[in-house]
Amino acid sequence: MADKALFEFLTRIGDTTLVLGHRVSEWCGHAPALEEDIALANTALDLIGHTRMWLSRAGEVEGKGRTEDDLAFLREAHEFRNYLLVERPNEDFAVTITRQFLFDAWHRLMLISLQESSDQRVSEIAEKASKEVAYHVERSTDLVVRLGDGTEESHRRMQHAVDILWPYTGELFTDDETDRELSDRGIIPLPSSLEGEWKTHVDGVLSAATLVRPEREYAHKGGKAGVHTEHLGFLLAEMQVTHRAHPGATW
Amino acid sequence: MSSEWPLWEVFIRGQHGLNHRHVGSLHAPDAEMAIRNARDVYTRRKEGVSIWVVRSSEITASSPSEKGPLFDPADSKIYRHPSFFDIPDEAGHM
Repeated sequence: MADKALFEFLTRIGDTTLVLGHRVSEWCGHAPALEEDIALANTALDLIGHTRMWLSRAGEVEGKGRTEDDLAFLREAHEFRNYLLVERPNEDFAVTITRQFLFDAWHRLMLISLQESSDQRVSEIAEKASKEVAYHVERSTDLVVRLGDGTEESHRRMQHAVDILWPYTGELFTDDETDRELSDRGIIPLPSSLEGEWKTHVDGVLSAATLVRPEREYAHKGGKAGVHTEHLGFLLAEMQVTHRAHPGATW
Repeated sequence: MSSEWPLWEVFIRGQHGLNHRHVGSLHAPDAEMAIRNARDVYTRRKEGVSIWVVRSSEITASSPSEKGPLFDPADSKIYRHPSFFDIPDEAGHM
């Protein structure tokens, strides 16, 4: 019998890296400097690489013969399980980098914890992805500090980014039935257990960046359950159009 | 934006190479970011194990117009090449 909870988790993390990877790839050819352009494209490619591992494993666990491509390109928005944070539009460089930083800080902790997973494949994928993510955190942390504590304009844009993205971070730490079941089985950590360390890290960086964390605790939720903002529909339309127009095409 | 950033020369030591070799240049606001940018721009295919960066403005180059005086005197002095010595077998490979 297919392991429904494990499939659910694998699509949550795989869809999250897929959607963020696609978002970041939207900068390709548009970044403020050639060096940043390549760095962002590298990050996007890393995330798509993680997606391939997570989603192909999800397909195996599901046992219906779906491949990574079937899952990435032939599902509708309501079937996606990514966190809302990663479908937020790029807007400007400040929003892109802040989103990346808030995500990277969570991603690193999640992967460290998943390396101890009782599921061998999950732990192997986490170990492989961890090395790249360690660099992502280093890079986005550095940029947040530089831009937050930079010019008047970069500071203003960064504070705006933190203010608008903050309400989307709460979802990273909510637990539901699937999380509790998988945590009991030793496959994943309870999402809420990562929050303390994440906040400590984020607070330290924001303060070095002279940025202020919003006080309000309100959190947008729904991504994990397939309830998305309108932004995901547009993203998927662009991401999936070629595959849907040419079913089964290969290089 | 990049036009405000100074230019850096990038040197990479390869997997098996002993020396850092010049691979190109890039823009960055400071040395730390120049290293990061070099990592992203020049080591994507696992080219290196070590990176050096130096501000391009810190490099003093010989002038092309002095090429003659600088290098011509070495012409036709083949005896400066150490190829006229018999290497004793005991010395092994050199």
